[in-house]
Amino acid sequence: MLPFLFEWVWDMGHYVFHGAVWAVLSIIGMGMTFCIIKSVVDTMQGKTGHDPHH
Amino acid sequence: MDSALIPEGVKRCSLWKFLLALALVSAVLMWGVYAMLLCWVKGLNQTNMNDYYGFALWIWADLAVIALGGGAFFTGLLKYVFGKDELKYIINYAVLIGFICYSSAQLILGIDVGQPLRGWFIFWHANVHSMLTEVAFCLTCYFIVLTIEYIPLSLENRQIKKVPFFANLTHNMHSAMAVFAATGAFLSFFHQGSLGGVSGVLFGRPFSFREHILIWPYTFFLFTWSAAAFGPSFTLFVTWLTEKITRKKLVKDEVIHMVAKISGWMIITYIIAKSADTLYWMFNTAPSQGLQWSFFYQNNPFYGKWILFTEIFICGFLPGLLLIFKATRENPTFRVTALVLGIIGVCLNRWVLVLQTLAAPVLPFDSWVLYIPSWQEVATTILPIAYGVILIMISHRYLPIFPQERELNPIDAPPASVVSRQPAPTAVVEGQSA
Repeated sequence: MLPFLFEWVWDMGHYVFHGAVWAVLSIIGMGMTFCIIKSVVDTMQGKTGHDPHH
Repeated sequence: MDSALIPEGVKRCSLWKFLLALALVSAVLMWGVYAMLLCWVKGLNQTNMNDYYGFALWIWADLAVIALGGGAFFTGLLKYVFGKDELKYIINYAVLIGFICYSSAQLILGIDVGQPLRGWFIFWHANVHSMLTEVAFCLTCYFIVLTIEYIPLSLENRQIKKVPFFANLTHNMHSAMAVFAATGAFLSFFHQGSLGGVSGVLFGRPFSFREHILIWPYTFFLFTWSAAAFGPSFTLFVTWLTEKITRKKLVKDEVIHMVAKISGWMIITYIIAKSADTLYWMFNTAPSQGLQWSFFYQNNPFYGKWILFTEIFICGFLPGLLLIFKATRENPTFRVTALVLGIIGVCLNRWVLVLQTLAAPVLPFDSWVLYIPSWQEVATTILPIAYGVILIMISHRYLPIFPQERELNPIDAPPASVVSRQPAPTAVVEGQSA
């Protein structure tokens, strides 16, 4: 639910629930965006992506 | 034909044998799909749920698989946040099992909700006073995290990793995995807890109602604790089962013993807390509501005191003790017995808190109401198991899930005469069986 919807109420419940869920989705989204962009850049630079752990 | 897809340096069964096994499991899967379609097309009248049992076999299965899938978040937390590096040899499998468990839980919920097309309502029209809303939010987000954790593993397929972008993506996702693992642990803490909290806040159901710390009933913490305790046990058990089926050693004993020890200590501390909670409920919470605890274990043909004894002693203290003592932990028979007992214990705990809670009478004129699931409920509960087996079969065949497999199962070098005739000897030594 987004704050501009008619059901939205500015109370503690909405801050906690939706604040947490949007924070988590942002972290996941930013993390994946970073990985994808870095991979594109690495590929363009000719890196092979060798991972010593695997 | 598929040998080009099999990881280098490991042996797999022949393709026809693999396809035959896949077909057998798929037959079970199709039975479940048929039952699922019946539920979707004809509605929830296909189940034996009623006004007493709004939660039934599906919700029990949901809670059980989520607890058993807890190995993924706990192993990830220990490896990426607390730096237990030895766990890298089993983390892939823990993630795969977690992915299967959580996707199964979502599948079951998709059937249970009755109107899957309205599944998004819980996100858009969220009731912020409901623990189940928290569960839905965290479960969905954590499933996204598990998918992200599974992606690099699937990109390590022998052919896919030849594509430079995918190789780089795998590398970069591994580098950022600590962030995802920490997020997953945060989400798991809350959704595992809230699943327990759902029963703990039911003040109209004195069998499951518990005292609170702030807004969280004790069951909130016990559920998270038990998932972290028994989840690794389930990972170890499935690893053992996979080793037996493939007739290969896949993970070194030191790693198995370490995870078993961690699981054992988590189980024993959990079961002490669980016992304290039960005693407090017996002698404080239930009497404060005018009830004796023994009332919840009598006058019915199924729920006797045996269930409490089994959960706490046979499937709690016993597996915990077997796993914390070195001699029994390192004995395969005792260890596997402990793992099985632990798995039964956590499933029994979820059964009791979902089904026994609803079975116990809450009004003076009420009586015990027992429930037997319909075949459609059973089939749709078996469906995720078949799906999980298929995903494990495919992942094990085509992905390097076990980093130690090659070292533990060296492929014999072919005879020198054969090697001398080969134009590319390395290809022979790699030795995939088709």
